[in-house]
Amino acid sequence: MSAADPHYVAKTFMDHLPILQVVIPLISAPLIIFIGNRKLAWIIAMIASAAAFVIACLMLAQVKDGSFISYHIGGWAPPLGIEYRIDALSAFVLMLISGIATIVLPYAYTSVKSEIPKRLHTLFYALFLLCLTGLLGMVATGDAFNVFVFLEISSLSTYVLVAMGAGKDTRALTAAYDYLIMGTIGATFFVIGLGLLYMTTGTLNIADLADRIANQGANRTVQAAFTFIVVGMGLKAAMYPLHHWLPNAYTYAPSAVTTFLGATATKAAIYVLLRFMFSVFSPGFHFEDWTLYLIFIPFSLLAMFAASFVAVFQTNLKRMLAFSSIAQIGYMLLGIAMLNATGLSASIVHLVNHGMTKAALFMGVGAMVLYSGSAFFDNLNGLGRKMPFTGAAMVAAGLSLIGVPGTAGFISKWVLVQAAFENGWWIIAIAIMLSSLLAVIYVWRMFEVLYLTAPAEDCTATDPPLPMLIPMLILAFACIWFGFDTELTLGSARVAAEGLLAGSAGMAH
Amino acid sequence: MHHHLILRVVTKMLVGAIILFAFYVQFHGDFSPGGGFQAGVIMAVAFILYGIVFGLNKAEQVFPSWLVHKLVALGVLIYAGTGVASMLLGYNYLDYGAFNPQHPSHGQHWGILAVELGVGVTVTGVMVAIYYAFANRPPPMKDEDW
Repeated sequence: MSAADPHYVAKTFMDHLPILQVVIPLISAPLIIFIGNRKLAWIIAMIASAAAFVIACLMLAQVKDGSFISYHIGGWAPPLGIEYRIDALSAFVLMLISGIATIVLPYAYTSVKSEIPKRLHTLFYALFLLCLTGLLGMVATGDAFNVFVFLEISSLSTYVLVAMGAGKDTRALTAAYDYLIMGTIGATFFVIGLGLLYMTTGTLNIADLADRIANQGANRTVQAAFTFIVVGMGLKAAMYPLHHWLPNAYTYAPSAVTTFLGATATKAAIYVLLRFMFSVFSPGFHFEDWTLYLIFIPFSLLAMFAASFVAVFQTNLKRMLAFSSIAQIGYMLLGIAMLNATGLSASIVHLVNHGMTKAALFMGVGAMVLYSGSAFFDNLNGLGRKMPFTGAAMVAAGLSLIGVPGTAGFISKWVLVQAAFENGWWIIAIAIMLSSLLAVIYVWRMFEVLYLTAPAEDCTATDPPLPMLIPMLILAFACIWFGFDTELTLGSARVAAEGLLAGSAGMAH
Repeated sequence: MHHHLILRVVTKMLVGAIILFAFYVQFHGDFSPGGGFQAGVIMAVAFILYGIVFGLNKAEQVFPSWLVHKLVALGVLIYAGTGVASMLLGYNYLDYGAFNPQHPSHGQHWGILAVELGVGVTVTGVMVAIYYAFANRPPPMKDEDW
């Protein structure tokens, strides 16, 4: 609505939800620096991410029927102005990201105290919120260039957050530097792709881009743009051959950061990939179908087997979980490549299920590192027996990682196998099950270290303080709960998948 | 500190002019080339020049690093706060029409000024912070060893 409109009706709080989702953490981050008080920093961060979570839930309730919310920043109507557009998919991913942030913060309070030097605490919470802002913004916005801006906000703060692990292990610095270089290359590729799209269509609004690409068909520029965007986002999402930055970054970052990133950062990149593959370009184009069949399927199968295989031989638990994350991203990309509604909903539901599972596991490792000082298997001997609740949470999450029936992980793998059968790809269905067996091996190694070895004689480890323990137990419980009640997760994922497959037809103004 | 006499005298004369020029670029941004980013860089140049000629300690006496960090945050708050203000007035985020509903173009004017001020403050802070961060590193060799 233009500002000059005489019949102007003032907006209510509910109308502003899409922008508040991003602006609340965005304002809280500089506020923390401006106030500069260590205790207040945590409180502000907590309030901001809890508010973001509530907003995401409110919006998901509004768009669950397949509709969408559009918000015009500055009152400028799209496609000229910047639009925030929330549909079932984005609301679902927003809920995951803000939910994980809210649950990680109480955990971070204790964990950060022991892992990060005191003078950096306020900066830590400010960066955490900036990272959250970036991830939420990438998902909420309906403007392609805005995606890039938020991608950079989240990436730059992530590099610093990873480097904050240097207090414990200076290798965090090289890990952060690696990530910086790879992440920057990814972002550059992405923005080159956007530049090509802008050149050929003259617009940056995602819905408008879709219309114009559909009108002009697949010319060289559009194909080049597609390639650049897929490679750029593939780098950020740690798609198999582009995953090199991930293991070190996850291993040496502070526990709270690993938990947050492991559950959200790659997921937001996969969201952007989905958005571009289905809402901007559409699967009818031959180049996209070939990319999915000839590149995504082989590489995701490779990821499922090779990364799991590497995970089996790790000697550091955090590193093992990092490799397992790469394998799990393989499942998500495989679901996308199936190009049917079931496969897409498997990918989308796996975003959330895997997010919860990995967050619970990384939290467990973080709690053990609090006592053992490192995540090497040798230092974790028998800790599951000394820390019964932490151990139990890790067992529940471990089972979900394998995909044992009755856990969240089972639901996503089950739907994925169903999707493979729908296409008649029974070899791939078997491959999914075989690769789960590799997960059994590495999760078993974790159980063996935690329970079947004798703890050190003088081991004084006990369960961590409640602020760390409760988030972990909530997540472990969620891993089981969402294995039985799939109404929220799988239900929303199906609506989201159908919305995506409807393509640009569902996005018209 | 008695060498570089000419540099020191000229710097003292220039610093004021540079700051004045920064304000000019800042507040004429909507009429002529310029705006918050350019003004912020020019403003920072004044402090960086002072730091280069008179030494980092003197510069930090004038513009302590805690203040620099607060300014970085303050600028973002001004920018985002402008958006929130328009929101509280019942308009969309960053819809400057909110500041003068009868003449939206005047409202745009005020909105742009406020937002550009935020940009200027943050850019000044960031530029000086980067200079301090690099200049504060222990030198690989002493000045006398050259």
